[in-house]
Amino acid sequence: MNMAVASADVQLGRLAAALLRRDLLLAWRRIGDALNPLMFFVMVALVFPLAVTPEPDFMRQLAPGILWVAALLASLIGLNALFAPDFQDGTLEQQALSPLPLGFIALVRVLGHWLTTGLPLVALTPVIAVPLGFPAESLPVLLLLLLIGTLVFSLLGAIGAALTVSLRASGLLLPVLILPLAVPVLIFGARGAQMAMNGDWPSGPFYMLGFLLLIAASLGPLAMAGALRISLD
Amino acid sequence: MQTQSEPRALLEVDQLEIWRGERRLIHGLSFSARPGELVHLKGPNGSGKTSLLRCLAGLSLPDDGAISWFGRRYTGRIGAEARAQCRYLGHQDALKSGLDLAENLRALQALHGDSADVNPMLEAAGLENRFGVAAARLSAGQRRRGALARMPVSNARAWLLDEPFNSLDANGIALIACWIAALLSAGGIAVLSTHQPLPEPLRASVIELGDAA
Repeated sequence: MNMAVASADVQLGRLAAALLRRDLLLAWRRIGDALNPLMFFVMVALVFPLAVTPEPDFMRQLAPGILWVAALLASLIGLNALFAPDFQDGTLEQQALSPLPLGFIALVRVLGHWLTTGLPLVALTPVIAVPLGFPAESLPVLLLLLLIGTLVFSLLGAIGAALTVSLRASGLLLPVLILPLAVPVLIFGARGAQMAMNGDWPSGPFYMLGFLLLIAASLGPLAMAGALRISLD
Repeated sequence: MQTQSEPRALLEVDQLEIWRGERRLIHGLSFSARPGELVHLKGPNGSGKTSLLRCLAGLSLPDDGAISWFGRRYTGRIGAEARAQCRYLGHQDALKSGLDLAENLRALQALHGDSADVNPMLEAAGLENRFGVAAARLSAGQRRRGALARMPVSNARAWLLDEPFNSLDANGIALIACWIAALLSAGGIAVLSTHQPLPEPLRASVIELGDAA
């Protein structure tokens, strides 16, 4: 009994490692595509003050919102390519035929996507947060908020990507599906960033983002697996 | 009366019915395959060969009837314990164009918990000078050989192959036939669809599709 459980764990671990390895290798070979969302994130945040007004007090009010909107939109770029290429070349069929759960496979693939978009985005945040008026001592809290927020964005976006995997106009439909779900993350994330900027510890937003992450990470894989199976049938 | 030594069927299809949209493709289909048996699906285009193979693999659900794999009966989706022992290759090779064959096959093998080295099979398939070449730069026949190369080094007892000989040359067809023959002599089964005559030394029980509708 214990042996069987242990070997299932080993299999899950080996599968996760192989999937991450594959996705990171593919991202590395198409590094231009992977840099696209990061470029967008930095551009929006840096161009915004030029278009509005460079007045520091006014910018400090806008900065949390700008940062989170840029993070959300950057996270959505390229998400419709999360499952669609695998669907088209037959890889998704093979994944669905694995004896291990398709939801687990989808979850690992979301993690791989986040490692190539969400995590670099968080790492780049100091570069744009300081010019936007965030004090240096607020950065750790801000990065932690964004770390959780981008994970939720990736999970929500992946549900949308799974639902639209067989549609030709998925690029149009995906944001429409996802934005309503992402709004709570945006609101609490921006509120938390505001509190961090003022030097407060944003415990409320942290609880809320953590709650949303748990929901998305537990129910998301089920939704993704269901949607992908229907597309394959 | 069956004798005691008669081996049990690994695959049993019982009164299967498959619809595609408004069309009934397959109706009342029953057959079985015992260890060492090869099943050849024949029929004109659109007669349901691919749909049947996808049902057997567990990608889609039959509209009626049951499929038994290794003594377990499934009326819905094929269970994980059966999927672990089957390998399916459809029309598509399931190769990522940005990865080379070995990288591709390692990722696919992990899905089924296979860990045997595929390089000897790639060498047997005449692909030893294609190591490190992205799949996008291989010919259709080379991709097909590469995609099939993970089959002989898997732990599977059943192969489901949809048009495996497509875009293969005579050497390639002989090689795949040899791999299938090795599986059968080890007590496995294979179900395949092809429009070509079966290559030597394969002998199959033929299922004719297309007269049900």
